[in-house]
Amino acid sequence: MKKFKISILAAIAITGLVFTGCSSDDDAPAPVNEEEVITTVTVTLIPATGPTVTLTSRDLDGDGPDAPVFDISGNLAANTSYIGSVVVLNETETPAENITLEVIEEDLEHQFFYDASTSLNLTTNNLNQDSEGNDLGTTFTVTTGDASTGTFTVTLLHEPTKPNTGLGDANGETDAEAVFNVVIQ
Amino acid sequence: MRTYLCMILLCSAMFAQSQECSYTLTGKIIDLHDNSVLPGATLIMIGEGKTVESDIDGKYMFSNLCEGTYSLQVYHPNCETQIFKVKISSNTKRNFKLEHHLEELNAITLRASVFGSKTKTNFEQKVTKKQLDRYTNASLGDVLNTLSGVSSLNTGNAVVKPIINGVHSSRVVIMNNGVRMEDQEWGAEHAPSIDVNTIGNITLIKGAGALKYSGDAVGGMIVTEAAKIPVKDTIYGRTHVTGASNGRGGSISSTLTKSYKNGWYGSVQGSLKRFGDYEAPDYVLSNTGNFERSIAATIGFNRFDYGVEAYYSFFKNEIGILRASHIGGASDQVRSINSGIPLIIRDFTYDIESPRQDVTHHLFKIRGFKNVKNLGKITLQYDFQQNERLEFDVRRSSDDDDRASLDLALNSQTIRLDLDTDNTDLFNLKTGIMAQYQKNVADPSTGVRRLIPDYERFNLGIYGVADVSITDNFLVEVGARFDYFNIDAQKFYRSSFWEDRNYDILFPEIVVEELSNQVLTNPQLDFSNVSATLGTRYKFNDDYTIYANYSLASRAPNPSELFSEGLHHSASRIELGDLRFDSEIAHKMSITLQKQGKMFGFSVNPYINFINNFMIIEPTEIRQTIRGNFQVWEYRQTNATLLGVDIDASLTFNENWNFYHQFSLVKGHDETLDLPLIDMPPVNTMNGLVYQNKEINNLRVELQSEFTFRQNEFPNNNFEAFIAETDSFELVDVSTPPDAYHLLHLHTNADFSLSKNSMLNIGVSVTNIFDTNYRNYLNRLRYYADDLGRNFSINLKITY
Repeated sequence: MKKFKISILAAIAITGLVFTGCSSDDDAPAPVNEEEVITTVTVTLIPATGPTVTLTSRDLDGDGPDAPVFDISGNLAANTSYIGSVVVLNETETPAENITLEVIEEDLEHQFFYDASTSLNLTTNNLNQDSEGNDLGTTFTVTTGDASTGTFTVTLLHEPTKPNTGLGDANGETDAEAVFNVVIQ
Repeated sequence: MRTYLCMILLCSAMFAQSQECSYTLTGKIIDLHDNSVLPGATLIMIGEGKTVESDIDGKYMFSNLCEGTYSLQVYHPNCETQIFKVKISSNTKRNFKLEHHLEELNAITLRASVFGSKTKTNFEQKVTKKQLDRYTNASLGDVLNTLSGVSSLNTGNAVVKPIINGVHSSRVVIMNNGVRMEDQEWGAEHAPSIDVNTIGNITLIKGAGALKYSGDAVGGMIVTEAAKIPVKDTIYGRTHVTGASNGRGGSISSTLTKSYKNGWYGSVQGSLKRFGDYEAPDYVLSNTGNFERSIAATIGFNRFDYGVEAYYSFFKNEIGILRASHIGGASDQVRSINSGIPLIIRDFTYDIESPRQDVTHHLFKIRGFKNVKNLGKITLQYDFQQNERLEFDVRRSSDDDDRASLDLALNSQTIRLDLDTDNTDLFNLKTGIMAQYQKNVADPSTGVRRLIPDYERFNLGIYGVADVSITDNFLVEVGARFDYFNIDAQKFYRSSFWEDRNYDILFPEIVVEELSNQVLTNPQLDFSNVSATLGTRYKFNDDYTIYANYSLASRAPNPSELFSEGLHHSASRIELGDLRFDSEIAHKMSITLQKQGKMFGFSVNPYINFINNFMIIEPTEIRQTIRGNFQVWEYRQTNATLLGVDIDASLTFNENWNFYHQFSLVKGHDETLDLPLIDMPPVNTMNGLVYQNKEINNLRVELQSEFTFRQNEFPNNNFEAFIAETDSFELVDVSTPPDAYHLLHLHTNADFSLSKNSMLNIGVSVTNIFDTNYRNYLNRLRYYADDLGRNFSINLKITY
């Protein structure tokens, strides 16, 4: 009986201690700046002659309610070859983090895909390669045909099946996707 | 010495003789544990030569007693014989409580009646230890799935959450060994952290009847209890070893219990479970292995009318989530769904990679009770729980593979004081008070915005439940509970969301700090909830009983319903909560007609549940992000009606053969939108034929048929996604339920005596005998892969 009483008293005492020990501390928690977010996709297309065209999609709140904002510097010229490159950034950090460098570093696990809609006279070729000789796509060439309009979609996949014939059999997960409305004139 | 004694005896005899000798001593013989009456107990008045027996109601009577002190020896075949001293100075009424202990050794079947009912007017279903033994390598959800009215919400096959009468998650309260499990199970992919091997028996209460435990069990309550330990000098144990072909793994679990006649006892239990990738009929379900470890220890002291017990358990589970289910955005989802098979199928492995969960749960409890004369049993309990949940997603940078995307630590402490009065014949009262403090900490080092914010929650609850026997066959139970909750959270909102939702105008006062693209807020919310129950039980005769019950349950919104905001990677959808939510209030009415008979027995349980402010998560729009299009799933409150019926029946043909049937139907309707509710279990039925023969080593062979109908009532939440490759919009069909399916299972087991005190039970089972391909509507991974294929398992149990 005595033991029982002691146990109960001990339980109450422990409880009291623990409750006071954990009494609320209102220290503000540290903010988390999302590290793996991609906010910006910029495609730069440089022709042999004529103006450079940049296509930018920027979504500063990531998966927040604000939709991505598109900025296209100008129209593409008809029947012209462009040397293309892509840069993906995380602009929630200052200075902005260049995620393309990470993509190049882990080239076997990433690939950029470029798809033009059927209405758009545009083809993409000569994607640069990863260390195993499969497409990586941080640089590429774009060749335009006759004047037309349509969408030009850039997709960055994580852990795609390599080699592949395009998005259809690449599987993997989408890290970034930007659909640009493009005019060739 | 002897002379003195003789003199005293002589004197007392003379003294006694000079008194009036017409007093009576009456009362009842009662079981100490569950207060059931004990008929057939023999009472011997020592030295007086008077012997009586307790009658069918446990009542006894001695008459013609003189004033004085008597010694009574009370004997009952199932109990320890006790000697009581009674002082008589008038007609006296005195109840005697006996220690009704179980012969656990070699008799693992625990009779359900040994454990007290949780509510008297709510029909309860029980799972006994013997039934549990067949599920040593399964999860709690799988075990409960065998009961009518219970289905499960799965994330693959290792994360299994029970759904009772159509509702799940924080609407289903799990009381584990007297402690409410606080294990972050508000989301669909958080399964209860309980090892089934630590459970002695399970009681399922469909409805919020058990107000002693909580008032927010809108769906129902699952009460698990440890096996009872006898008060005698003994040592016993059991070991289970199982192996299974699907998953190519198994489990081992061992328990050892030592108890003493003086009341002390101790028990230790450990389990280890390891499975590799499970397999569907046609392919390996890559990254679905799991690795579970648990250990539990109890030490206690159980005396006649007081006792104390300390319990500690540790549970750790690593669970792989199907690799092919981790996708980024709608276009990936289109490809996954259209392909019909998982997009990632690898060779079998035991390795568990991302996406995966790693859950650790510590539980410590100390509990003491005392039976106070003329008052009842007072119980004081303190418990501490810590649940740590790590979820690992597939990260873009492989440097981060070992860094969790979600890292939550939830600490809960509860103290409760309960009083059960049981000394009156007609009226029983249970009352108590509880206080809980809970703190959740989300580690910011994940580099991923917190899914659940840091918060502290305080809960104070007080309840009272009384039952009155109006006649021997008619019982009424009424109860009420009041709970106060306070939530003090520290939540970062994305500025764009904060403004988009108009929170900047509605809640400017809770802003603590504005950062570049985030707002730190300090929401402080209070909820006062009332719950109640009113029920009756009427016993027509030995066979038929009817239960009718009304329960009012109130549930405060949980942190995910209040605060969710952002991309939930494992679900590949954006989830949004709402700060403005009120408590959910459910009115549930149910009737159960039960027939118990030797040949034929059944129970029919229709119910209706009106839930106001029902919180559901549902797709609302498509959001364009830089990662592609995502479906937005938003929590909203609506008025819902759930209507259903659960049927159980059994037919015993003869000593060897019996047949059982279970059927469950539930219809959920969203009254606000006039649409069917999402995620309602499809109609299902289970039928089984059992052959049992005591002569042939207790052989038991069971053929079980499980038929799940197609869910035909569902809201259409399909949407269209732009597919760059084909330059077209394609339908993402996330709504259409899978087809009906039928599975057959075979279970056999037999007992073999190893020695006088040890027994071997061998069980062999095959589930999904025909290797049927099927998908389950309530499995969140049904879009990506088939469910489990055929599985052979062997189960060895040694009791010693």
